[in-house]
Amino acid sequence: MAMPLESPVTFSNVGKTKWWQRGIFASQTGYVLLALIVLMIVMRFASPYFFTEGNMQNVAKNFSFIAIATLGITFVIITGGIDLSVGSMMCFSAMITSMVMVELSAPGSSFVHLAADGKTVVANVPGLILLISVLAGLFVAFIVGLFNGFCIAVLGLSPFVTTLGMLSIVRGLAYVVSNGRGSFPGGPDAETFYALTSGDVLGVPAPFIYLVILAVLMAVVLHHTSFGRHVFALGGNEKAAELTGIPVARVKIEVYVICALAAGLQGIIISGWLGSAPANMATSYELNVIAAAVIGGANLAGGLGGPLGAIVGCVLLEVIRNGLVLAQVNSYWQQTLVGVIIILAVLVDRIRSRMT
Amino acid sequence: MTNIQGDGSPVLELTGIGKEFGAIRALHGVNMHVHPGEVVGLMGDNGAGKSTLVKIIAGNFRPTHGEIRFDGNAVHFSRPVDARGVGIEVVYQDLALADNLTAAANVFLGRELKRKFGPVALLDHKAMAARALELFGELRSETRPYDLVKQMSGGQRQAVAIARTRLSNAKLVMMDEPTAAISVRQVEQVLGLIHRLKEQGVAVMLISHRMPDVFAVCDRVIVMRRGEKRADKPIHETSPEEVTALITGAKEAA
Repeated sequence: MAMPLESPVTFSNVGKTKWWQRGIFASQTGYVLLALIVLMIVMRFASPYFFTEGNMQNVAKNFSFIAIATLGITFVIITGGIDLSVGSMMCFSAMITSMVMVELSAPGSSFVHLAADGKTVVANVPGLILLISVLAGLFVAFIVGLFNGFCIAVLGLSPFVTTLGMLSIVRGLAYVVSNGRGSFPGGPDAETFYALTSGDVLGVPAPFIYLVILAVLMAVVLHHTSFGRHVFALGGNEKAAELTGIPVARVKIEVYVICALAAGLQGIIISGWLGSAPANMATSYELNVIAAAVIGGANLAGGLGGPLGAIVGCVLLEVIRNGLVLAQVNSYWQQTLVGVIIILAVLVDRIRSRMT
Repeated sequence: MTNIQGDGSPVLELTGIGKEFGAIRALHGVNMHVHPGEVVGLMGDNGAGKSTLVKIIAGNFRPTHGEIRFDGNAVHFSRPVDARGVGIEVVYQDLALADNLTAAANVFLGRELKRKFGPVALLDHKAMAARALELFGELRSETRPYDLVKQMSGGQRQAVAIARTRLSNAKLVMMDEPTAAISVRQVEQVLGLIHRLKEQGVAVMLISHRMPDVFAVCDRVIVMRRGEKRADKPIHETSPEEVTALITGAKEAA
C-alpha cells in the first residue's frame, strides 16, 4: 500500500491564504465597514454638519439605542435561531423597571422616608431603589429568555414561531400591567437613572460606553471561551455539535437568555432617554435589530456573526438615517433604502463567495 | 497483510447480540471480536443489520439480547457518551464537522483546552493548534490547523474527523462509509489514514460498500445478511466474488 504523503507538515501543493483573503478582509463585515467609511466620507462633503461634535454625539447615541440588543440577537443568529420578541422585551423590561421604581419610591414604602418639609421623598439608601428596579426589569427579561429557550431547545418548537408568540405575549403583558398607559420613572433615584442612561461622560454618551464594554466582552466570550465556540458549532452543524457531546440544549437556552437580557437592558436605557416607558415603545424594533445584525454579516442560516458586525450594521443604519436628514431628503425614503442595503449587503457577499 | 496481534485478547467482544424493534428482528445472535490493531470490514446490503450493530456498539441503542465486552469488561451503554468514555469512537459518514470552524477547533470540539486567567478559563488556541498539527502529522495529512473546514477536501475532512478520535486515544474506531462520495486520490488518503490507526494499535471497523477498499485495508471481513452474521473470514481466505455472493444471499454462509 503506497503511502499517499510521506512528509506530514510541509504544504507543497497549497499556498498559505493571503492575508487579504481571510479574516475580516474576506467577510461581509469587512465590506460593509468599507461601505460605511466611504459613506461617511461622502457625507463629509455632502454636509458640513455631519462631522460636527454635536452630530457625532447624536449618531453615537442613536445607534447605541439598538446596538446592545443587536449584540444579544447576534448570539441567537449565530446558533441559527431568531428572536422576534426583542422589541416587546425592550418595552416590558423598561416598563417593569419604572413601575418598580415608582412603587418603591411611594411614601410609606420601607425604602424611603419623608424629608423635614413633609413633602419631599428621600431614599433611605441612595441608589438602592434604582438597583432593585433595574434588576427587576432584567429579571423579567431573564424569565422570558428562559421560556423562549426552553420551548426551542427542550420542546423543539421552531424559534420563529416561539418568539413570534412571545412578541405578542410580552407586548400584551406590557399593556396589561400598565393598563395601556405606559409608565414613567420616578422617585428620588430618577435623576440618577436619567444620568446613567441618557447622560454622558466627557462628551461620550453613556449608552455608547455600555455598548463598547459589552461588545468587547462579547468578542472575548465568542472567540476565547468554549461557550462561544459551542455557539458557533451549533450554527455550523447542530448534529455534529450534539455528537461531540456539546450540551446543545443548554447552550441554546443560554443564547436566548442573553438575547432577552440584552433587549431588556436596551429597553431600560431607551426609557431613560425618552423619560417614559410607553406601552407602544420599541414596536417593530425587532426588525431594525435583525436588519442591523444581518447587514453587519450575521448569517441567518447560522455559524457567522460577531460584535463588530453588529455594531457596523447599526452604525450604517444610523448614518443613512442621519445622512438623509442632513441632505434634506424626504425621510420616508429611509426605510426603502434600508431594505435595499440589506439585500445589497447579502448580495455582495454572495457574489464574493461565488468568485473564490 | 497478516494479522499479527490475532492471538492477543480482543478489545471488543460481542456474544449473542440481538436487537428487536417491536416485532421486527433487526439482529439475531451476533458473535464477533475485534483485536487491537486489527482492521475489520463489516459488509452487507442495506437492511442487513450493519448500522444497527454499529449503533449498538456506539451506545445509540441498547441490545435486546447478548453481552458486549470491551477491553475484557462487560459494558452497558445507555448513551453514546458512555461508549466514548471507554474508548469507542465513530467517524460518521457525514463526518459531523462544523464547517464554519477551523480544523483545530473541530478536533477539540466539546473538549477544548483552556488556560486559567484568574476566575475565567479562556481557550488555549496555540496548544490546540499545536496538538492538532501533531495529530495531522501522525496521520500524514496535509491539513493546516487554522484552515476552515469548509475550504477542505474530502480527504482532509476525514483526517480531521479521525484526528478527533486520536485525541481521545480511542481503542476502537468505527468508520461509516468513509470512502463513499470522495475522489480516487482522496480514497487513497483515507485508506492511508486507516493504516496509520492500525500502526498505532487502534482497532478499526470499516463499514463500507466498496469492495476494493475493504480488500485493500482489512485483515478480516464480516458479512451480515438479514440480521445475522453469515461469514467472518481472514481477508486472504476469501475473494470479492465470495463476499458478493454472501451479501446477496447467493451463498448462504461461509
